[in-house]
Amino acid sequence: MPHDKTPPPAWDSPLAAGVVDRLKSEAGALLPILHALQETFGYIHADAIGLVAETLNLSRAEVHGVVSFYHDFRDKPPPPLVVKLCCAEACQACGGREAARTLLDHLGADWNQPAHGGAVVVEPVYCLGLCALAPAALIGDTLAAGFDGAELRATVDGAQ
Amino acid sequence: MTRLYLPADSFAAAKGADQIAAALQQACDARGLPIEIIRTGSRGMAWLEPLIEIDTAQGRIGYGPVSINDVNALLDAGLLAGGAHQLCVGAIDDLPWMRRQTRLIFARCGFIDPLDIESFRNAGGFSGLEQARAIGPQAVIDVITKSGLRGRGGAGFPAGVKWKGAADAKAETKYVVCNADEGDSGTFADRMLMEGDPFCLIEGMMIAAFAVGAATGYIYSRSEYPCANAVFARALDLAREAGLLGAEAFGAGKPFDIELRIGAGAYVCGEETALLESIEGKRGMVRAKPPLPVHEGLFGRPTIINNVLTLASAPWILVNGAKAYADIGCGRSLGTMPIQLSGVLKHTGLFEAPFGLTLGELINDIGGGSRTGRPIKAVQCGGPLGAYFPPALFDTPYDYEAFAARDGLIGHGGIVAFDDSADMAEQARFAMEFCAIESCGKCTPCRIGSVRGQEVIDRICAGENTEMNLAVLTDLCQTMKLGSLCALGGFTPYPVLSALRHFPQDFVASRKLESAL
Repeated sequence: MPHDKTPPPAWDSPLAAGVVDRLKSEAGALLPILHALQETFGYIHADAIGLVAETLNLSRAEVHGVVSFYHDFRDKPPPPLVVKLCCAEACQACGGREAARTLLDHLGADWNQPAHGGAVVVEPVYCLGLCALAPAALIGDTLAAGFDGAELRATVDGAQ
Repeated sequence: MTRLYLPADSFAAAKGADQIAAALQQACDARGLPIEIIRTGSRGMAWLEPLIEIDTAQGRIGYGPVSINDVNALLDAGLLAGGAHQLCVGAIDDLPWMRRQTRLIFARCGFIDPLDIESFRNAGGFSGLEQARAIGPQAVIDVITKSGLRGRGGAGFPAGVKWKGAADAKAETKYVVCNADEGDSGTFADRMLMEGDPFCLIEGMMIAAFAVGAATGYIYSRSEYPCANAVFARALDLAREAGLLGAEAFGAGKPFDIELRIGAGAYVCGEETALLESIEGKRGMVRAKPPLPVHEGLFGRPTIINNVLTLASAPWILVNGAKAYADIGCGRSLGTMPIQLSGVLKHTGLFEAPFGLTLGELINDIGGGSRTGRPIKAVQCGGPLGAYFPPALFDTPYDYEAFAARDGLIGHGGIVAFDDSADMAEQARFAMEFCAIESCGKCTPCRIGSVRGQEVIDRICAGENTEMNLAVLTDLCQTMKLGSLCALGGFTPYPVLSALRHFPQDFVASRKLESAL
C-alpha cells in the first residue's frame, strides 16, 4: 500500500509554541507535550528543548534527559517510511530473526540506518502484542504479521 | 438484513480484516444482499483470524482464516445463511478452544461491538459497579480481599490488601492507575481487552476508585498499541458523553474521570514506580520502595496501581461474589488467568482458564503442540524475564507457587513455545541484551551486570576459560537477583540460568561452532 500521507511541516516555532501551550497545564505535561510535538513535526527539534523547558519551568537538561530516555523520541526527521520490526522472543521463535536479516540485506542497511537514499528505515521494537501471529511488524501505519522474509521484503517494497 | 461480525482487533487487522470488510460490503452490495458488519474484538483464536461470524439459529457460525480472495466463494457457498465451506469452523461456542475456557474477564470480547455501551450493558456490563455502589466502599474491599484476587501484572500481590492500604491512607487526593504497559513478549491480553471490551476495564477502574475514594484515574498504555489506544480513547469519550465519567460519576458532587497516557517505548515503564515517574513527566526511573505507592504514589499521593486484568476481574467478582471467584483455581492462585499462547504452536491466542492446568496440557492439548514438524524444545513463561522450561517440566501446574518452586514465574500469563531450531545460548544472551537495552540505569547490577552478562556468555560460547566464566556468570546472576531495584535486573537471571541449567549442550554446541569458524 503506497504511502499517501503528506509529510509533516518543517520546524516552526510559533506552531510549536501553540502545541506546548495547549497542553502545558496538564499534570505531568512533559510526555504529552513531547508526543504532540513529534506527532506534529515527526521529531523533537533541538529548539523544542528550550521552549518546553521554559514553559514548564524545568531545566534544559531535565527536558533533554526525558527526550533521550525514551526510545520513541527522535531528534531528526524520520524517513518517509519507518518499518518497526518486532525483535522479541515470540517473534524470534517464529523466524523473526531470519525475516529481519532478509529485509536488511535487501535494503543494504543495518538497523536504524536509513536506506534507499533515506526513503526507509528499519527499527527494532520490543513487542507489538501480535505474538500469537508472529513474526510481526508495523510498516508505516499498517500492521503485518505471520510473514516470511520474502513476504516482508515485498510488503516493504510495496509500501515505499 | 444479515448481521456479520468481523474483528477490528490488531490480530485481524494485521491479517487484512479492514480490506476484507470493505470487499465483503462491496460484494454484498453488488449482489443486492443487505448486510450489517459489526466490528468486534477478537475471540482470541489468533490462528483463525480474520474470523467472520454469522448469526444463525444455531448461534454464531464462524469462517476463518479468511483472505480477501475468499470473499466471493464464501458468498457463493451461502455465507449469510451459515452455508458449508472449507473455511467454516462451525458454531463458535462449540469449538473446543471456546468450550474449555472459563471466560470471566473476556466473556464479551469478540462477542459485542466494543464501542456500544448498550451492548455492553445488555451483556451484563456495569452491574459490578452498581453492586459496588449498593454495598459501599468498605464492603467492596472486603469482597475483593476474600475473593483472593492477586495482581495479574506479574507480582501476584493480593489486590484487596493494596486497595485497603490506599483506602486507609489519609489524603484529600488519591489516584487509581491502570498499568496497561504490556511490554512482555508473548503477552497481548491487555491489548485484546482494551480493543475488545474497553468498558469492562473502565468499569473495573471505577470500582477501584469508588472503593478507595479516588477522583482521578490514569491508564498508562503503550505507543506500540495504536489500535488499543484509539479504541480506548473513544470509549472514554463515549463514557463521558453518557455521564458515566465526569462530575457526577459516583452521584452528585462525586466526580471521577480517567485520563489515557501513552508511554514512549520504554519497557521498564511497566514497572509500577517507573510508570508513575513517567506519568509525572520524568525519565522512567525506578523508585526505591518504601514508600509504597499506596502511601506515596503518583504526585506523592496514595495510589493504587493495578494491571488491566486485575481491574477487569473486579466487575465479575462484585456481581458473583467472593466465594464464587475463590472456588475457581487452585492453591493460593484463585480465579482465572487469561493465558496467552504463542510461538510455534498449532493453536495460538488467548485462553482464559482457572489456574491449575499443567504446562503440558496448555502446550500439547490446548496449543495442539508444534506446527513446524519439529518437536517443542522449550517454552518461555512470563515474558522476557521468565524462565525457559524444558518438556521434562511440563507437569508443572499453572499456579504462582508451583512455578516459583521450579524457579519460574507466571508473570503476565505469556507462554512462548520454541521448537528444536532454537539455540538456547542465543536466547540466554538475548535476555542480557534486552536488559541492557531497557535498563533505566538507576541501579548498578542491572545497568552494568546486563552488559557484562552478554560479554561473559559470548566468552563461554567461544570456549574461553569456560569453567571460570560459568562461575562468573552464575555469580553475576546472583548479584543481579539480589541487588537490583526492580524485576528487570532482578529477574533477567531467570531466562539465563534456566537456559544454562536445562540446555547446557547449546552452550557447548555454539562453542564448537565458533571454534570451527
